[in-house]
Amino acid sequence: MASLATEFVGIRSPNPFWLASAPPTDKQYNVVRAFKAGWGGVVWKTLGEDGPPVVNVNGPRYGAVWGADRRLLGLNNIELITDRPLEVNLREIKQVKRDWPDRAVVVSLMVPCEEESWKAILKRVEETECDGVELNFGCPHGMSERGMGSAVGQVPEYIEMVTRWCKQHSRMPVLVKLTPNITDIRYPARAALRGGADAVSLINTVSSITSVNLDTFSPEPSIDGKGSHGGYCGPAVKPIALNMVAEIARDAETRGLPISGIGGITTWRDAAEFIALGAGTVQVCTAAMTYGFRIVQEMISGLAQYLDSKGMTLGDLRGRAVPNVTDWQYLNLEYVTKARINQDLCIKCGRCYAACEDTSHQAIAMKPGRVFEVIDAECVACNLCVNVCPVENCITMERLPPGATDPRTGRIVGDYANWTTHPNNPMARAAE
Amino acid sequence: MTNSPLTPGIVSGRLPAAALAANFADVEPPLDRHEAMVAADRCYFCHDAPCITACPTAIDIPLFIRQIATGTPEAAATTIWTQNILGGMCARVCPTETLCEEACVREAAEGKPVEIGRLQRYATDIAMAKGLHPFTRAASTGRRVAVVGAGPAGLACAHRLAMHGHDVTIYDARDKPGGLNEYGIAAYKTTGGFAQAEVAWLLSIGGIVIETGKALGRDFTLDDLRARFDAVFLGLGLQGVNALRVPGEALARDAVDFIAGLRQAGDWADVPVGRDVVVIGGGMTAVDAAVQSKLLGAETVTIVYRRGPEKLSASVYEQEHAKTAGVRILTNAAPVAVHGDGAAAEVEFAYTEEGPDGLRQLPERFRLKADQVFKAIGQTLAGVPEGLALTGGKIAVTGPGRTSIPGVWAGGDCAAGGEDLTVTAVAEGRDAAEDIHAALAAGRGRG
Ligand SMILES: Cc1cc2nc3c(=O)[nH]c(=O)nc-3n(C[C@H](O)[C@H](O)[C@H](O)COP(=O)(O)OP(=O)(O)OC[C@H]3O[C@@H](n4cnc5c(N)ncnc54)[C@H](O)[C@@H]3O)c2cc1C
Ligand SMILES: Cc1cc2nc3c(=O)[nH]c(=O)nc-3n(C[C@H](O)[C@H](O)[C@H](O)COP(=O)(O)O)c2cc1C
Ligand code: SF4
Repeated sequence: MASLATEFVGIRSPNPFWLASAPPTDKQYNVVRAFKAGWGGVVWKTLGEDGPPVVNVNGPRYGAVWGADRRLLGLNNIELITDRPLEVNLREIKQVKRDWPDRAVVVSLMVPCEEESWKAILKRVEETECDGVELNFGCPHGMSERGMGSAVGQVPEYIEMVTRWCKQHSRMPVLVKLTPNITDIRYPARAALRGGADAVSLINTVSSITSVNLDTFSPEPSIDGKGSHGGYCGPAVKPIALNMVAEIARDAETRGLPISGIGGITTWRDAAEFIALGAGTVQVCTAAMTYGFRIVQEMISGLAQYLDSKGMTLGDLRGRAVPNVTDWQYLNLEYVTKARINQDLCIKCGRCYAACEDTSHQAIAMKPGRVFEVIDAECVACNLCVNVCPVENCITMERLPPGATDPRTGRIVGDYANWTTHPNNPMARAAE
Repeated sequence: MTNSPLTPGIVSGRLPAAALAANFADVEPPLDRHEAMVAADRCYFCHDAPCITACPTAIDIPLFIRQIATGTPEAAATTIWTQNILGGMCARVCPTETLCEEACVREAAEGKPVEIGRLQRYATDIAMAKGLHPFTRAASTGRRVAVVGAGPAGLACAHRLAMHGHDVTIYDARDKPGGLNEYGIAAYKTTGGFAQAEVAWLLSIGGIVIETGKALGRDFTLDDLRARFDAVFLGLGLQGVNALRVPGEALARDAVDFIAGLRQAGDWADVPVGRDVVVIGGGMTAVDAAVQSKLLGAETVTIVYRRGPEKLSASVYEQEHAKTAGVRILTNAAPVAVHGDGAAAEVEFAYTEEGPDGLRQLPERFRLKADQVFKAIGQTLAGVPEGLALTGGKIAVTGPGRTSIPGVWAGGDCAAGGEDLTVTAVAEGRDAAEDIHAALAAGRGRG
């Protein structure tokens, strides 16, 4: 079995699966149970300044979006940072790290944007002998109204400034946790790098309202008839997170900056995808909150089996997909495919037909006996039929080999050509 | 073809070859990938899942289903085999409707449990087809253990012992290993020679020698084994059969015998069966004998059970299966005689009634036409070595299979406690192996 042992900015863990800073890591009891279940590390629930702890709402703090069979696809929360006394958290962190020296224990922090506040908390955290700190510049609700969390994460200059303070006032590795609630993730990532961050972790939650109660007209979760936007997470946010991770992994300035990938990771596959896009560790919150700590066992067995089947090490996988993330303009326009419906697998639901006929290119014929066939002369290969088909692999995309004639355009398929040299592109560079 | 279901007497070839082949095909065909994905998707990954508790071998069911759902059936198989080395057979033969699937929360929610048994088969079939055997032997301990009986209990015990580095010799009186997996389970539950394939797969761990055709009590004694080995495990199963104790009993045949013959037949067309078959009993063996008689082409098959329908030990699922196959189930009727001249012709029954003093036969009688009569009223322990304490007709054990004789363990059907099921035998064999291993490590064992 492939080894999953991980070293990330000098922090070792037996596997790359960490629990993200959130309720699952809010206390020793949870974290110890998580370690017993097999988690490689945790980022402790965000600590705030010393003094009276923050308070949470006393009504529901989560809203949800479900898929078929009430599968939880997205969760949103209006929870704040830890509401337990700083002293208690620090004592427990110290104890946990002492009892579990082989696991990663990183502590998430969020204090006001003042150097003294950061200096003070860093000193106390350092005393726990934890492995590193993560700066929570991501929380999009509540704390942001107080000038913290995503209020910092949305201003690259603040990120750089605070990161610099932290590197100045501590020997610990510093991870900067980024908010997705910005237009271009590269700016905050570059700022973190300039400030001296050892790594970035992303994403934190996405600002959201999950639903509106149509009887009380309150957003959910409803607190006495009112709601406030929350932070969205879970499987629904994974695509957003993957893109942001990839953007940082391939950006000329931030390339090589270690990344802890977060957002919707539920299975070994999700984790492997983040790793392939450059993540050195992955962090999980919603999946653990939905299914319990034991899911890590599937992640461990699945990732190890996958690596074995590919004959790769974990290191080989890391960043393996990054070179394949490119700009649209470089995509091969001579890659011509056609949808193919496997009649043996087809259950004749007709969803492909409805999708293509009503909303796309009228490229599927419905023949007597509910036989659905692709009309190559119309198929633009958009993939919609593949995506709406309920049977995996029933509809596939088959490439036309170079030299074949595309019945839709009458053109002979070539090897490679992209937009940069396309005749319709007014900016086209002459092919040399 | 000359014979048909209407041919009188006990004859073979009542149905055309194609019909026989179809009848004895996999009763529950394997799931394909799409079906498995849809089925796996229904698992809620419950906390402290009730299905695990309901499984005698305590397989981590939610984990293996999640591993299937994420495209790693091989990892799922490892999860299964870690607890139950005969997970492939159990996937086929376990009465899941009274075990894991009965406990599934979706049974409570929708009356439709997650198809745990079929998913288990999906995973183990894939891994076995790939030749995966995810266990290796520990360094040799030099300790030797004798296992008597190559049924599920003995095999599970041997595998676990071999894993711990002990050298195991299994003795079995029969020609082939497997116990009732090979000679008892209904043919349509384990098709394609699966029982032998699974034994071969299990043995691939190494460190296990099987000697077939060697019977305890005939070829060697328990004392011989105790002298030559560091520990002994008895997985003898139940070799005796309860008698009807009615006139004409000699005209009836043991159902287990009939089934064993059927399981060993090279060709279904060679297996003779009566035109009118009567099976006496109310358990799994009765159902299996009846259904397979029907599948061989008997015209009428009737199970007759002496107590009321609620007392039938065959599960509701098994009963439905029998009825669907065309078997009639009569209850509250006890046999009083088998009539016939050299061969069975009729069975005479008395109606019965449950009273304050137990079951009572009523004066009223009826007869069923029968050219073949099967007895399936329970198997019993036979050929137990002297000196072993018994309880309730089985070998008395404490904890994980410790018998009254030091250094001798027992498990499976021959040992007291637990249901007589394949999966229970596996659990008991495995747990005894762990106890033997601990005892050997502690320098105990040979008494
Ligand atoms: C007809 C029938 C159908 C069944 N169907 C099912 C089913 O669908 N599902 C299910 O879960 N359970 C079923 N069972 C029950 C299940 O088969 C048993 O519970 C299980 O096989 C018990 O395993 P075992 O190892 O204890 O004994 P066995 O499988 O009986 O194996 C005992 C082995 O010991 C050998 N042996 C016995 N005495 C000696 C001796 N003196 N010397 C050497 N070797 C000896 C025998 O030859 C045999 O190979 C069925 C039983 C029967 C009879
Ligand atoms: C209830 C809840 C509380 C959270 N609290 C914090 C927090 O205190 N600090 C933090 O950095 N992130 C917090 N997060 C965000 C998670 O750490 C994580 O970044 C986000 O949920 C995306 O991962 P996921 O899709 O696996 O849940 C919280 C998330 C949830 C659901
Ligand atoms: S999970 Fe349910 S029971 Fe537990 S604290 Fe939340 S609301 Fe209360």
